[in-house]
Amino acid sequence: MEFKDYYEIMGVKRDATQDEIKRAYRKLARKYHPDVSKEPDAEARFKEVGEAYEVLKDPEKRTAYDQLGASWKDGQDFRPPPDWDQGFEFPGGGYTNVDAEQFSDFFESLFGRGGGAYSQGFGGRAQREYHARGEDTHAKVVIDLEDAFNGATRTITLKHSEMGADGRPHLKERTLNVRIPKGVRQGQHIRLAKQGGAGIGKGEHGDLYLEIEFRQHPFYHVEGLDVYLDLPVAPWEAALGASVKVPTPNGAVEMKIPANSSTGRKMRLKGKGIPGNPAGDFYVVIQVTLPPADTEAAKAAYRELEKAAPFNPRASLGV
Amino acid sequence: MSKDVLSLLTGEVLEDSVELTLADLCRACRVPADRVIEIVEEGIVEPLGGDPAHWRFHGVSLRRVGCVLRLERDLGVNTAGAALALQLLDEIETLRTRLQRFND
Repeated sequence: MEFKDYYEIMGVKRDATQDEIKRAYRKLARKYHPDVSKEPDAEARFKEVGEAYEVLKDPEKRTAYDQLGASWKDGQDFRPPPDWDQGFEFPGGGYTNVDAEQFSDFFESLFGRGGGAYSQGFGGRAQREYHARGEDTHAKVVIDLEDAFNGATRTITLKHSEMGADGRPHLKERTLNVRIPKGVRQGQHIRLAKQGGAGIGKGEHGDLYLEIEFRQHPFYHVEGLDVYLDLPVAPWEAALGASVKVPTPNGAVEMKIPANSSTGRKMRLKGKGIPGNPAGDFYVVIQVTLPPADTEAAKAAYRELEKAAPFNPRASLGV
Repeated sequence: MSKDVLSLLTGEVLEDSVELTLADLCRACRVPADRVIEIVEEGIVEPLGGDPAHWRFHGVSLRRVGCVLRLERDLGVNTAGAALALQLLDEIETLRTRLQRFND
């Protein structure tokens, strides 16, 4: 079992006051709250901070923890010394009064299972004893933009903890085959009824929510229902107008570039975004791209153009 | 013959096809109705229908109410504070999406 340095986790000195600890907790809780944070390990960090605070906010638990001494390092292999907690009295009859399955083995070895009030919070199993229905669980599924256009099936593997016969949670893996409906968008959730956590007794399973995330596409960009494409266009196509081929997730289409278009001009293909009712739109954003002047003929042509079409691109800057 | 062919699960898109009554929402979020009413009064979720008995909530309300409850419990903010956080998170999400286009 690894030693947990609760002071290091909270970023406070060992002699920090209870007020300092509370302030540190509040800051870290805001920073790593899984509903707020985009840090990839936010949930793990949030739980870790919650566990550290559970110990340090409670003068009895903190004093007992301090008895272990300051020489332990975070992550070091740890066994609690025998009778380490002799003479301490913890509130709530036993050590603790609330279910806290999410705390580390380290915490459990010191304070017993069911260690604190934190479990009321995110991902906690609050009220589990009082409700027979299983928890709702959450997971992410990454799909390609094309899947939202055509629909798809995805096989996903989820890890979850399950109560073993020994009364301790065990990590289990399961694989699901899920239909991705056509028209689904980034950030939406697919609800799979009764695929969540197991219920207690005869209670039914909770639901599983799958959050949709689009894999970044090399050239399409998605905003809600709308899809954007930066379309490279040659100067003569932009200047004279042209009919060009444009890729869309539904296959290439022919599109007219109006004469005298310039970079940034946005053209809409109505209803060609993510399908639905209403469907999104597909936007083509023109990017005029210059051919390199790497031959004598090309250089001559640029010089000709300069003579034929006198032009100050910086006129709007007043220079 | 393979026995482990998985059956195909078909769900519903919470944001598109799910509609809840006040009772559904309370049951799903495990809170009493007056908490949900308080959250509605803060404008965090906007049900259709005139009075609480006829309210119909959009599926996304489930996420928003859950988020508000967690923020209140974990961060000690009140409902108005959670509402503000939610609104700012929505804005950040929009900006992040837009920004992504320029970071490619």
